[in-house]
Amino acid sequence: MYRTQLQLLVIVFFIGTSLWGKTIEVCATCEVKSIKEGIAIAADFDTLLIKKGNYKEFNIVIDKPLTLKGENYPVVDGEDRGEIIRIIADNVTVDGLHIINVGTSYTTDYAAIRVVKSDNFLIQNVVLEKLFFGIYLERSNHGRVYNNKIIGDAVDEYNSGNGIQLWYSHHVQVDRNIVQGTRDGIYLEFSDNITINNNTSINNLRYGLHFMFSNDDVYTDNTFENNGAGVAVMFSKRIKMIGNLFKKNWGTASFGMLLKEINDAEIIGNTFEENTIGINIEGSNRIEYKNNDFISNGWAVKVLGACYANSFINNNFLYNSFDISYNSKLNDNVFEKNYWSNYTGYDLDKDGIGDVPYRPVKLFSYVVNRTPETIILLRSIFMDIIDFSEKVSPVFTPDNLLDNMPLMKRSE
Amino acid sequence: MIQIENLHKRFGKNKVLTNLDLDIHGSGIFAVLGPNGSGKTTLIKCILGMVIPSSGDIEVQGKTIKKHWKYRQEINYLPQIANFPGNLRVKELIRMIKDLRQKQSKEEELIKLFGLEPFLDKKLSTLSGGTKQKVNIVLTFMFDSPLLILDEPTTGLDPGSLIKLKELILQEKNKGKTILITTHIMQFVEEMSDEIVYLLEGNIFFKGNVKQLMTRTNQTDFEHAIAAISTQTTDA
Amino acid sequence: MLKILKYSFYDLMRSRWSYVYFLFYLALGFVLLFLNNDLSKAVITLMNVIIVLVPLIGTIFGVMYFYNSKEFTELLLAQPLKRSSIFLGQYLGVAGSLTLSLILGLGIPFILYGLFRSDAIWDFSLLLVTGAFLTFIFVALSFNIALSNENKIKGFGYAVLLWLFLAVIYDGLFLMSLILFEEYPLDSFSLAAILLNPIDLSRTLILLKLDISALLGYTGAIFKQFFGTNKGLVVSILMLILWTILPIWRLVYKSKRKDF
Repeated sequence: MYRTQLQLLVIVFFIGTSLWGKTIEVCATCEVKSIKEGIAIAADFDTLLIKKGNYKEFNIVIDKPLTLKGENYPVVDGEDRGEIIRIIADNVTVDGLHIINVGTSYTTDYAAIRVVKSDNFLIQNVVLEKLFFGIYLERSNHGRVYNNKIIGDAVDEYNSGNGIQLWYSHHVQVDRNIVQGTRDGIYLEFSDNITINNNTSINNLRYGLHFMFSNDDVYTDNTFENNGAGVAVMFSKRIKMIGNLFKKNWGTASFGMLLKEINDAEIIGNTFEENTIGINIEGSNRIEYKNNDFISNGWAVKVLGACYANSFINNNFLYNSFDISYNSKLNDNVFEKNYWSNYTGYDLDKDGIGDVPYRPVKLFSYVVNRTPETIILLRSIFMDIIDFSEKVSPVFTPDNLLDNMPLMKRSE
Repeated sequence: MIQIENLHKRFGKNKVLTNLDLDIHGSGIFAVLGPNGSGKTTLIKCILGMVIPSSGDIEVQGKTIKKHWKYRQEINYLPQIANFPGNLRVKELIRMIKDLRQKQSKEEELIKLFGLEPFLDKKLSTLSGGTKQKVNIVLTFMFDSPLLILDEPTTGLDPGSLIKLKELILQEKNKGKTILITTHIMQFVEEMSDEIVYLLEGNIFFKGNVKQLMTRTNQTDFEHAIAAISTQTTDA
Repeated sequence: MLKILKYSFYDLMRSRWSYVYFLFYLALGFVLLFLNNDLSKAVITLMNVIIVLVPLIGTIFGVMYFYNSKEFTELLLAQPLKRSSIFLGQYLGVAGSLTLSLILGLGIPFILYGLFRSDAIWDFSLLLVTGAFLTFIFVALSFNIALSNENKIKGFGYAVLLWLFLAVIYDGLFLMSLILFEEYPLDSFSLAAILLNPIDLSRTLILLKLDISALLGYTGAIFKQFFGTNKGLVVSILMLILWTILPIWRLVYKSKRKDF
């Protein structure tokens, strides 16, 4: 309630300022020839209309509430000399710029657009290319990053930056952005109450989306494809992950999602498809996994270390090489009413629930955890035989780890 | 025609042929005789190249047979037990052998002679032992080769067919061919053979014609002569 | 040799077992495609079948044929034919007809379900090529066993034992040595162990083509490096060819020295 009111207020406020402020045109043939010049002469709540052209500028500091609006994507070329735009005032809008050639440094995190200790910002329709860091929010709250396109060309992790980074920033919306070819597509550190919707994060070196020490965030309907790993959620609480697609995060140490020290999260209606590991879980408790589809992954869910009171309900496990892998004999998690394509039981009373419990952990996955080289024996008859004997009488795998109510048909 | 020198054959520890020399030349019927296990079949199979000699040399028509196979084109062989691939038809078998040897053949005449027409479309596994033997004979005699080797040719034949077989053998002999026969029917030997080769314990014990055999054993009856030659050895 | 091949082939083509084998694969292909209608999924299931059944059927069929055609062989031996031609002809006849049953039996349903319009065609071809290799290898091995054992029951027993060893026991020993020596680097050892068993080699080849390579993890880097490249494929195919040629060579060598 509070948030929608606030958004309304912000919008009304912006419309108001654009009506009330005057517009300053910036172009090669105009009176004002550079953006810096424009900012210098502008009054609060003015609009700088930047016409199509090439502006070789860097270290542009916006120190008053202004709107920078690009017409037909003017190019702001930093010539690799450092940071390009820094916002240090509240109520700033940057819209429709094409920013290229951010400087790379090993000591300073140069960004295309940096927002410092400023609230109510709006960054939209911006295209960033040849960048180090893309959009960097630092102790800035109640802003919006919308419909931007960030195209990096990162090769190595040590000299590349993140596409969108939030650091001690709260109540920010990150919507409909496309981030590719950076280190982490979207990175959150100490940032709470963030919503991340409908973004596409592909081909990033490390993670598509990365949470560190950030609580109460929500991300929905995003696509994470072909990243080093899809999403890493670490040391965070109460994160909601809904309706996202994790696809083709495929490689020797890749996973769709990594959960590390995560408590009280909800993971609902996501699709994990063709990842080496669908979800890798370490030390995470009280997480609800519901209505997710795990399709054709190497490992659908890999559980490492102590994970307590998690529940897997109504998920579909389809054609994964391994459905669940545990490295311990203990199990405190609940599996119920999931559909397992590897289930071979029957349903005599026709209630849609198999009469024989399903054991999702194979002995082979236990062996592979112990000696990874043994994976080379995947799909050999010998493995099938020992898997079968383990299924009949579990010795190495947790004997209470079973789905007592496996579904006969895929859950919709 | 056939010249064997120093032939040895061992099956494991069992010496079947030891230092055997044999010379067969000119046309005629040569009966290879001997008690069970004396090495008759082994000798024949050595000549045919089915058994590889441990040492010694065999020449057929003046050429060594070691590592050669084309000389078998000049030999017609009638195996002892007529075992044929069961799911072939008689006609197909004959056609196959003809195809393999690519030689002039006179199978139709022989089929008529032995009355095999009704069996031509039958599978070999359904034939009786006698009929199989007749097929066997047809396969052997249908080609024109200078050397014939017959291992127990009379097995399972009715008297009528036996007479026809004898006539056939004599015909071939009159064409100037060399014919090697093993058999246990002494009457057949007495009647047909020009020369007898008697094998004993892997070597040739006696070689000569029926008359010589009788003189040597002081017997008037051929069967007794053969029996006597065996007892001579047990005495010796 | 070609004539012997022809007759062995005809002989087999009219025998019940070739049809049973052919129909089995035909049925398997249709059932698999009917059940999940997805070519690439069916290829994975088929792999399991091929890895297990093709060697087993090749072995049993080879031994059976060799013993059953003893008379035929003896008949041929008295004919003006080279020994090596006789045995090679029979071998090629058996291996060829089994391979034909396999390729037609599986090929027909997959083609009907639109193989040529699918990207699974390469995986499927690889499957058939390895299947053919396994047939040729195991028929050759079984011929060797039959040639060296006059006793049918013994020969049959050895043949099944050989299959059991290569298909199951070998992997068991392999697994045990992997676990036993897990502190040591095992990459080269595993690679060698895989290359030395035609069944494992075929399985690995197919698995890596089916893109399960990423499951191999860091430790599997050497496998990816090896099998993932053309060089690896060439070496693997060479190993399979070697596995085919060695038993054939021994078959010819032994057959020249055997008494009948």
